[in-house]
Amino acid sequence: MGTDAGTVAPAPGRRYTGAIVTDKISELVLARPMHWGFMVGFALASALTLLLLVAISYLFARGVGIWGVNQPVAWAFALTNFVWWVGIGHAGTFISAFLLLLRQHWRTSVNRFAEAMTIFAVAMAGLMPILHLGRPWFFYWLIPYPNVMNTWPQWRSPLVWDIFAIATYIIVSLLFWYMGLIPDLASLRDRARTRRQQIAYGLFALGWRGEARHWHRFETAYLLMAGLATPLVVSVHTVVSLDFSFGLVPGWHSTIFPPYFVDGALYSGFAMAIVLAVPMRAVFKLKDFITEKHLAKMGTLMLVTGLILAYSYGVEVFNAFYSGDRYEIAMIENRYFGPYAPLAWSVILCNVVIPQALWSTRLRHTPLALFALGIVVLVGMWLERFVIIVASLERDFLPSSWHMFYPTFWDLATLAGSIGAFALLFLLFLRFLPAISMSELRKEVREQPIPASHA
Amino acid sequence: MNADCYALMAEFGDPAALIAAVSECRKRHRDVDAYTPYAVDGLPEALGFTRNRVPLITLIAGVLGGAGIYALQWYSAVVDYPINSGGRPLNSWPVFIPPTFEMTVLAAAIAAFLGMLFLNGLPRLNHPVFNVDEFDLASRNRFFLCVRSSDPEFDLDRTRDFLRGLQPLRIIEVPA
Repeated sequence: MGTDAGTVAPAPGRRYTGAIVTDKISELVLARPMHWGFMVGFALASALTLLLLVAISYLFARGVGIWGVNQPVAWAFALTNFVWWVGIGHAGTFISAFLLLLRQHWRTSVNRFAEAMTIFAVAMAGLMPILHLGRPWFFYWLIPYPNVMNTWPQWRSPLVWDIFAIATYIIVSLLFWYMGLIPDLASLRDRARTRRQQIAYGLFALGWRGEARHWHRFETAYLLMAGLATPLVVSVHTVVSLDFSFGLVPGWHSTIFPPYFVDGALYSGFAMAIVLAVPMRAVFKLKDFITEKHLAKMGTLMLVTGLILAYSYGVEVFNAFYSGDRYEIAMIENRYFGPYAPLAWSVILCNVVIPQALWSTRLRHTPLALFALGIVVLVGMWLERFVIIVASLERDFLPSSWHMFYPTFWDLATLAGSIGAFALLFLLFLRFLPAISMSELRKEVREQPIPASHA
Repeated sequence: MNADCYALMAEFGDPAALIAAVSECRKRHRDVDAYTPYAVDGLPEALGFTRNRVPLITLIAGVLGGAGIYALQWYSAVVDYPINSGGRPLNSWPVFIPPTFEMTVLAAAIAAFLGMLFLNGLPRLNHPVFNVDEFDLASRNRFFLCVRSSDPEFDLDRTRDFLRGLQPLRIIEVPA
């Protein structure tokens, strides 16, 4: 089936067929066309991944004292990164599972890479609480297993629920992703050019041969997984938010946290999906599949989740004053007028003010502008989690123990490194696995033809 | 039954032709398979395959997973390691719900995946249909109808003639 990557597209004005779709997308992983943008991204991501490895090694050698954490701010960057990364994963599941149940056909072009984004983001998230443990080699004590200490996990603690939620989330996301990949791996096996590719893809395809009865069971299982993943994704960030709201710290102890966190999670996730999609479609020439319409829809979802988030910010302030609780009021005053006020106002600017530009239809159809907005929202969401965690802890109930948190080099290195490792995993995914579901797209082009434009 | 031949395969260019051929073929033959590059709506029905057991397996696993983790929590918190926490009941079920929910989902999802593979007889890396060179197109853009030689009505020549009447793109003999 060898054709040059450049020629695998219909002439402009013609329509894509199942054959062309398969050839074009499988070409990206079988022929692996080189592009300078990919090389630059790969070099940068590899360098940051090395930085992460150094930061983790030094942390394991010296302990959490290398970070800026201390009493009363015992939770800072690691927990902020954790909440931020889990949240980013949520949009991937939302796109692949929830939109499948709603029969939103546009998801077909974006679900595969969004699921990959979920898995890599949750992997980064899972790393953070383990790094944050003083004795990370005992992390498995959270899991109920028969042990010589004759102890059990404390089931009434959200931190125990956390490990159940995160572990379930990553396993289910991985299964959902892999299951969707099986027919595509079979396509790659059948189109492989070298023996090595054929064996590797063939093993992972598990002998899939596209039998009609197999497809029937496959579709049933896929729908069931989507139905299971949809409530799961809501439960995961709910449990993450309960880690905070079960505490008595003003600014954490609030019943609005679960919906507020889930919505913020989707918001940052759509932002990340846009930030990944815009360069990907340009570098790999996928503009006919991931069109400006797809990006605009994700932009709309970002606007909606952003508005819900803005409402939550308002409710948070209102509730503090409405409760009359002096500690809650002091927390809000401290957040917006205390030492971390510049960060708190940056959150408002990044998450509430600037994204209002999404009301403009023209902007929603301008990929570069969406990309920039995505970055702004990602920064805003990271800062939001930081402000919630650190600004609330910094003013303890006893003024004598008030203490500011300042990040050290190793705090920043862990954050930057995790972004690098995430990017590296994503770039490797683009190299070795089809970025768009070929089997779903084959069905799609028959029902709703995709016209070819600039290829 | 023919020892050297696994099946006769007919290749079609579009799903509607395959569905029509399958319906026609099923009037004469019992052991009929169809291979397609994506899940074709209406094809399982044409093959007389409308229900599968994946949902049942998923349900059973989900219930077992949830009940199992709840039982574990109950046993550890009430029997094996009771802690009086402010006089609250030992079986404090509301806080046992999050792990119960998560394990229900986890067990059900794993069962849906493994159940699908098991019922499909996968992983099975080799299969007679892979001996056909043209079968590579089944994962690209072609639709295949297969009449297995295990079918009581199967006869190499007569079945070939019958398949020719369905006007496929080509007819291929699949070696066993």
